[in-house]
Amino acid sequence: MTVFCLVEVDGGNVVDASLRALTLARGVAAQLGSGLAAVVFGEPAAGDLAAYGVDDVHAVSGIDGYAPQAWGRVLAALADGAFAVVAAGTDRGNEVLAHVGAITGLPMAANCVAVSAGSGGSFEIVRQRWAGLLLEEAVLDVPVALLTVATDAGAAEPADAPGSAVVHQVAASLTDGDLVVRAAEAPAGAGGASLASARVVVGGGRGVGSADGFGPLDELASLLGGVVGVSRVVTSEGWRPHTQQVGQTGTKITPDLYLACGISGAIQHIAGCAGAKHIIAINTDPAAPMMARADYAVVGDLHAVIPALVKALRERPSRAG
Amino acid sequence: MDVLVCVKRVPTVGGAITVSADGLSVDTRMSGFTISPHEECAVEEAVRLAERFGGLVTVVTLGPAEAEEQLRSCLALGASAAVLLEAPGGAELGPAATAAALHSVAADGGFDLVLLGNEAADTGDYQVGIRLAHLLGWPVATGIKALTVDDEGTSAAARREYRGVTETYELPLPCVLTVREGINLPRYPSLPGRLRAKRAVISRVPVSSAPGGGLRTTALRVPAAARREATVLGHGVDAVPALVSVLAELGVLS
Ligand SMILES: Cc1cc2nc3c(=O)[nH]c(=O)nc-3n(C[C@H](O)[C@H](O)[C@H](O)COP(=O)(O)OP(=O)(O)OC[C@H]3O[C@@H](n4cnc5c(N)ncnc54)[C@H](O)[C@@H]3O)c2cc1C
Ligand SMILES: Nc1ncnc2c1ncn2[C@@H]1O[C@H](COP(=O)(O)O)[C@@H](O)[C@H]1O
Repeated sequence: MTVFCLVEVDGGNVVDASLRALTLARGVAAQLGSGLAAVVFGEPAAGDLAAYGVDDVHAVSGIDGYAPQAWGRVLAALADGAFAVVAAGTDRGNEVLAHVGAITGLPMAANCVAVSAGSGGSFEIVRQRWAGLLLEEAVLDVPVALLTVATDAGAAEPADAPGSAVVHQVAASLTDGDLVVRAAEAPAGAGGASLASARVVVGGGRGVGSADGFGPLDELASLLGGVVGVSRVVTSEGWRPHTQQVGQTGTKITPDLYLACGISGAIQHIAGCAGAKHIIAINTDPAAPMMARADYAVVGDLHAVIPALVKALRERPSRAG
Repeated sequence: MDVLVCVKRVPTVGGAITVSADGLSVDTRMSGFTISPHEECAVEEAVRLAERFGGLVTVVTLGPAEAEEQLRSCLALGASAAVLLEAPGGAELGPAATAAALHSVAADGGFDLVLLGNEAADTGDYQVGIRLAHLLGWPVATGIKALTVDDEGTSAAARREYRGVTETYELPLPCVLTVREGINLPRYPSLPGRLRAKRAVISRVPVSSAPGGGLRTTALRVPAAARREATVLGHGVDAVPALVSVLAELGVLS
């Protein structure tokens, strides 16, 4: 009996959300005294997986690219007799596990933040509702638990002792129709930088005032090696595309630094940035909720502060490298 | 082109979420009800398709009798028919039973397309659309933020962005799509739309299925607010030197 974890690999590395999922899956496996196995479509990235305590790596071949139902079919076959199947609560992870749920008839718990496994197939879970604004505690009595792990809760922690990460080749066994829906991938515009996985996000809200007002924020983002994220006001005004929206109905971000400029900090926005390690807020209103959520605050007009900051960074004498 | 749109009645959340005294539901004494922005966009997308191809837009919800209110707002946006699947006592049935109930409407309506939200605003289960697609035996794509249907109305190109990559899915119709806010900007209801919605007859269908063997909720709670102790670095441009030091400290300067 095993705990399986679907692992997403990008550019040869395991993505951060999958490292968090592996961390939770390893905890569940330890409670059950079971092994931890990773399921990878594509490059096995065995080094990362060993560091996270993975004993067995199932490298699936025979599916070209991302095909949600086909991935689900493979996991459903592995799930038979497993303790649990875990995935990151990403678009792909939630989607694939929902397919596993539909194929097997098992329930699926999305966006878990904590799971404890009792004996006899009973799992106590804590999961996000309302995009994380509310937590649900629930009991899941099932032969196999299907769980996804919230991308913005908990930390990715390598194992105390590395696993052996023995790679097994698995040939996908599919049924008619599993490959009807598959992703054709093309780089998105703007260099294809990803908001969800950016290390630095420079946020702009209504306070930016116009589409043109974003010039200095773009410049700051590129100086910091980051991307721009925005509030819903900005996308509904048409200043920026919806793909850049942070929040409940936008993207959840988990950067090291979120620099929120001219954003009030409505709860629907906070739902998207609560997973930031550090927050700096720049706002004319010292009482804006965003300021109370920040580690550092600057009270002032972003139209003065951001250009001055860009200038200071450009003039920094000690720019190493 | 006949399109079915599945919407869910959820509390309107403004400044904060509070939990009822029994700890098992959201306190709605002070709030109204609505549907999620994703589902509003699904209705808008369906209405645009019906405008282009002709055909009917049907909206369906599984919920309490009061969910009629949400169906009428969808009718005001241009939907032509509405079905209320009345759950016993307005109980949450869970995603599998919800999909089964929706299937009873989706299966025999001759629909070309079924649209849902990517996730419900409240429970956020991320699965009803996929479970429904499996029951129908139809292809499904999720999280869609751009949709193109060919002129013959026989296939759809559905797009979403994932990790800086645009994913395009080609699906034959009939199919199921779950959509996200951003796919369009929903219109405001017109006056004639609102009048029509008021008069429209809503079909009510009782649902007998019991909540089915999924998660048993034991408590809901608001997470401890990660209220951080904000250090004020200063006012206006005078704060810039301190800001630069903080950025250096956080290791984000190269
Ligand atoms: C169902 C639902 C889902 C939602 N989903 C999202 C979501 O995903 N993401 C999201 O962001 N919102 C979402 N919202 C909207 C949310 O409730 C807020 O309306 C929105 O986040 C406000 O955006 P804002 O902070 O840019 O604007 P405002 O609330 O208007 O705040 C502007 C801020 O800028 C400051 N400011 C003004 N001028 C300056 C200046 N020159 N310099 C510095 N500061 C200045 C002001 O003091 C103020 O604090 C959702 C709402 C609902 C109902
Ligand atoms: N009770 C319901 N009635 C109608 N549609 C629903 C219901 N619950 C969920 N849905 C649809 O399924 C989508 C995904 O919901 P979920 O899987 O619960 O997150 C929602 O956005 C709705 O479109």
